[in-house]
Amino acid sequence: MTTVEVERAPRIAIADEELKRKLDETWRTKPGLLGLLGTVDHKTIGLRYIVTAFIFLAVGGIEALIMRLQLARPGQNLVTPEQYNELYSTHGMTMIFLYALPILSGFSNYLWPLIFGSRDMAFPRLNALSYWIYLASGIFMYAGVAMGAAPNDGWFNYVPYASLPYNPGLNEDFYSLGMIFYGISTTVGAANFVVTFLKTRAPGMTVSRVPIFTWGTLTASVANLLVVPAVSLDFFMLWLDRQHGTHFFDVGQGGQPLLWQHLFWIFAHPWVYVIVLPAMGMVSEGLPVFCRRPLVGYTPVAVSTVATMILGFGVWVHHMFATGLPNLAMSFFSAASIIIVIPSAVAVFAWLATIWSGKPVITTAFLFFASMIVLFVIGGVSGFMTASVPADWQLTDTYFVVAHIHYVLIGINVFPVAGAIYMWFPKFTGRMLDERLGRWNFWTMFLGFNLGFLPMHLSGLLGMPRRVYTYPAHLGWDWINMVISIGSFVFAIGVLLLFINIFLSLKRGKLAGNNPWDAYSLEWSVSSPPPPYNFAVIPTVASRYPLWEGRLGEGERLTSVEQGPALDHEKEALLTSSLDSDPTLILKMPEDSVAPFLLTVAMTAAFAGALAHLNWLALLGGAGCLVALVVWLWPQKRLGQRVAA
Amino acid sequence: MSELVVNPGVLPVGPQEKKSASWWGVLCLVATEASLFAYLLFSYYYYDVQLTRAWRPSAPPPLHLAAPNTVLLLLSSVVVWWGERALKKGKPGRCLIALVVGFLMGVGFVLIQLKEWASKHDSLQKDLYGSIYFTTTGFHMAHVIAGLIALLFVIVWLGLGYFDEKRSAAVSNAAIYWHFVDAVWLTVFFTFYVTPYLW
Amino acid sequence: MKVRDCLLLAALPPITLLAATAASAGTPMSYLRAYGTKAYPVLALMWWLIAVSVAVVLIIGVLVLWGVLAKRKASVFGPLGAEDISRAPHASRWIGWGVAISTVPLVVTVVWTAAVLAAVNEPSRPAPFTIEITGHQWWWQVRYLSRDADRTITTANEIHIPTGRPVRVLLKSGDVIHSFWIPALTGKTDTIPGRTNVSWLEADQAGIYRGQCTEYCGRQHAHMAVFVVADRPGDFTNWWNAQIAPAAQPTAPDAMSGRDLFVVKCGSCHTVRGTDALGTVAPDLTHLMSRRTIAAGAAPNSAAGLSGWIANPQGIKPGTTMPTLYLSGSELQQVRAYLETLK
Repeated sequence: MTTVEVERAPRIAIADEELKRKLDETWRTKPGLLGLLGTVDHKTIGLRYIVTAFIFLAVGGIEALIMRLQLARPGQNLVTPEQYNELYSTHGMTMIFLYALPILSGFSNYLWPLIFGSRDMAFPRLNALSYWIYLASGIFMYAGVAMGAAPNDGWFNYVPYASLPYNPGLNEDFYSLGMIFYGISTTVGAANFVVTFLKTRAPGMTVSRVPIFTWGTLTASVANLLVVPAVSLDFFMLWLDRQHGTHFFDVGQGGQPLLWQHLFWIFAHPWVYVIVLPAMGMVSEGLPVFCRRPLVGYTPVAVSTVATMILGFGVWVHHMFATGLPNLAMSFFSAASIIIVIPSAVAVFAWLATIWSGKPVITTAFLFFASMIVLFVIGGVSGFMTASVPADWQLTDTYFVVAHIHYVLIGINVFPVAGAIYMWFPKFTGRMLDERLGRWNFWTMFLGFNLGFLPMHLSGLLGMPRRVYTYPAHLGWDWINMVISIGSFVFAIGVLLLFINIFLSLKRGKLAGNNPWDAYSLEWSVSSPPPPYNFAVIPTVASRYPLWEGRLGEGERLTSVEQGPALDHEKEALLTSSLDSDPTLILKMPEDSVAPFLLTVAMTAAFAGALAHLNWLALLGGAGCLVALVVWLWPQKRLGQRVAA
Repeated sequence: MSELVVNPGVLPVGPQEKKSASWWGVLCLVATEASLFAYLLFSYYYYDVQLTRAWRPSAPPPLHLAAPNTVLLLLSSVVVWWGERALKKGKPGRCLIALVVGFLMGVGFVLIQLKEWASKHDSLQKDLYGSIYFTTTGFHMAHVIAGLIALLFVIVWLGLGYFDEKRSAAVSNAAIYWHFVDAVWLTVFFTFYVTPYLW
Repeated sequence: MKVRDCLLLAALPPITLLAATAASAGTPMSYLRAYGTKAYPVLALMWWLIAVSVAVVLIIGVLVLWGVLAKRKASVFGPLGAEDISRAPHASRWIGWGVAISTVPLVVTVVWTAAVLAAVNEPSRPAPFTIEITGHQWWWQVRYLSRDADRTITTANEIHIPTGRPVRVLLKSGDVIHSFWIPALTGKTDTIPGRTNVSWLEADQAGIYRGQCTEYCGRQHAHMAVFVVADRPGDFTNWWNAQIAPAAQPTAPDAMSGRDLFVVKCGSCHTVRGTDALGTVAPDLTHLMSRRTIAAGAAPNSAAGLSGWIANPQGIKPGTTMPTLYLSGSELQQVRAYLETLK
């Protein structure tokens, strides 16, 4: 009978080869199927997130291109109305849910423990679960698409068009259950980020020293915990209405179509910030590196990130200005939606100040980050215009809003993500992306994007409604749509160049070394790609810019990455206090486990059973979940979860 | 300048009491589940404000089952809290008894709630009130059952002698979840059973 | 690239916008023109918002480009060397000044928004009558309400109003959510099942104003146009009086057979007052020929348009609730001949 250790003073060690060898053996994922399905390494999971999200980006992009072919000229019949409606709905679902957040979660998953100087996320198995559910829910929703039951009521899915009498197929059932399923992934992922941020930062990395990037993801994660239940409940009520005879949205019984909209936008407006704040964090992280300056205004930017989200909870009604709400309510939400510009302005001026006070070194990543500022402002001012109620009565549901959402989602998500790929690909793979191809990549994307989406403002101002599968000639929209279609194809070629660059550089890129950009945060202190255990000894952080502090000449002591607690009794990490990052506990980290995968399989069965009215399958899935949870949660001596009995 | 190297001294190893990552994880779970109930109750109040015609049953719901049941659930929380405290004082046996009693009180709540449901002349499908009433109380029931399963887990583990005054994180986690389930019932009870008497 | 070139490049978007306004003569759905007391204050606010937005984009765009070009150290195609790192003193002043300056137009906008909201909430004069507009998949039912029941009329997709007078509008839905919008006259208001939204319309110039459903409502959301025809008050009264009359009885044999066919084949959905066709789920056709388009703007109201639509509605508007009737060539000819008598 082994004894379970109750307490220990960790050995302070030098990060020597022997220690590294020992840790490598402990932490490396075992090869084979079990390793494949059971890995809990945040780096592997992060890359899986990124690759999966890019696949969805490509699929959603192809859907968009088909739509642009249909809309290139008036009165075309390339697709049927129903096909078009399914295309645009699936495109929205794919980009907003299956691409935009998961890509950011991928980066955060990969980078957070490295940035924080820790060895993994707080809950490695939960991390695996969140990925598997994301994948399963994406496949679930696309199974509907493959079976001819794609969502067909837009991503915000208003009732009663989504209700059974108007929408008899399985389309909305796939979407409803799929979104509830997907929400579980988002929620467990969010909880993991919150606890990881609070409890696993290296000693010395107080809350005022965390790299700015992580503030975005933290804020987004807290928001997700609070708002995802709104949309899950919304979709659950819709599904009950459709399949189990309830009356939540049944007008004849007093059901309220506007309740759908309230619950949806209570979720979806914060969601917009969820999918941009972490990306803004990437820019705040990347610009200083290439401008050779610490970010100007770290504290205002961090505070404005949080402030944006807090205000963001109170502006959902601006999506409903045309529904006939009382004027007083609209004035309030209008003012709130205009004022929310201020925290965004803080970020913009902080970036400008960083460029102007720095010495920018132009790289592809820098071009993506710097151009994002302009795209952010374009998407921001169009949002500001729609915040003004009487103007919104004209702008809403026209192509102006389509332009707005794409400047937000592409400008503030895709561009920073592309920049982040150029910046961190060397860390992920040990090789640089080709910078010359990168310049082509950037300029094609930038010019194509603006050619494709800037004119949408114009077709909007000229009155073209969104979500139309075709339009008559002679309303002044013809040539604009042709330009938009051409631009969208140029943009698609730009994205393709990014994929080509990734593909080519994986094998042939220049070797990167630990820190090719001479950047400041802790992930650049380890090898590229990092070892399975990340840090041989737990670093001690002395400032906000650990790898620059010698040159900045601030503070009295230096960050240590070569000497510190070894924590080499099996898989271990350090738990620290939430604000000051003082060590509080030695965390025993779990081995690879297939429980998350099995739980996901069981959940998929449960959702499929619910969809198909196969009660036995739903119950079997539920029972499977319970079994997987028993296996997962059973207290293990190795994890110090039980005494030696 | 010299390097700063932390030397934390003696630290607990593995989850102990509330010094564990899982404790914070359960708090996140509670936050998100509490939000879910907030949205359910928001929906109820939204209907109440929007609908000008009568949509609730004409008579306020009877309290003869629901009120004592509420007291039972709240008392179960006290018992579980007392048990958790006993474990931290090094009395796992007393904790086990308390958790079993708390568990049985929870089962009692479920049985009485089933009887309460059966006494309703309404159903999920009958009208809007039935839809929101049974969905909300149904969600609560699902959470009670989840809480009972959590209690059952720690009862078994405690019975197997897995926990002592230091290794009590799992018990704390199950207990906080149980307290949440009970607290959220108060808001459900207030909304569906008390407010009809108030307006 | 020189700074001057950058400025030129940055000036492109506003030039495009100006071009847009110039072009809007051929753009009936543009809301950069207004024709009525409800639309004028909104248009002024819109131009303020556009001006502020374009100015902000230009200023920030120039600052980014200028900053990068003026301050750049090098363009690098590989790893960076370990270069000097330092902090810039006082750079955070940017944030203070930037935010302070940004706040001014924001506050102006909040105040202006509230003022316009109050100004367009109600017409300044009482509206002489009320129109009830009901959105259907995929057409608009229009009822003119009058205290005098005999003067209440029902039509579809084309709304006549008198110039220079506000008209009260009740917005309802017969099925899913739609949104009523006449860009040159009024912003959007949704038609929501179970609710009645109240809006108003006014045009100060005679003319035809095109609008369209703007809340996605299913397959044929794209073909759900609506036209507001503003007539001079005298013309408007004549129009209303003409609409009150029941349908003229056909006299030509073709048209008479067509009427009988119409009652049998079409009468369970369509109404023609004065006949046994009393259906209410589709547009009232009593005075069909007074309208410019059919099928909510999907086809012109011409002989060819009518024939094409009756023969193959699913071809013109796939998914429409109008079924294919499988009429023979001569039957089709007769029905059309009858419809053409419905002046």
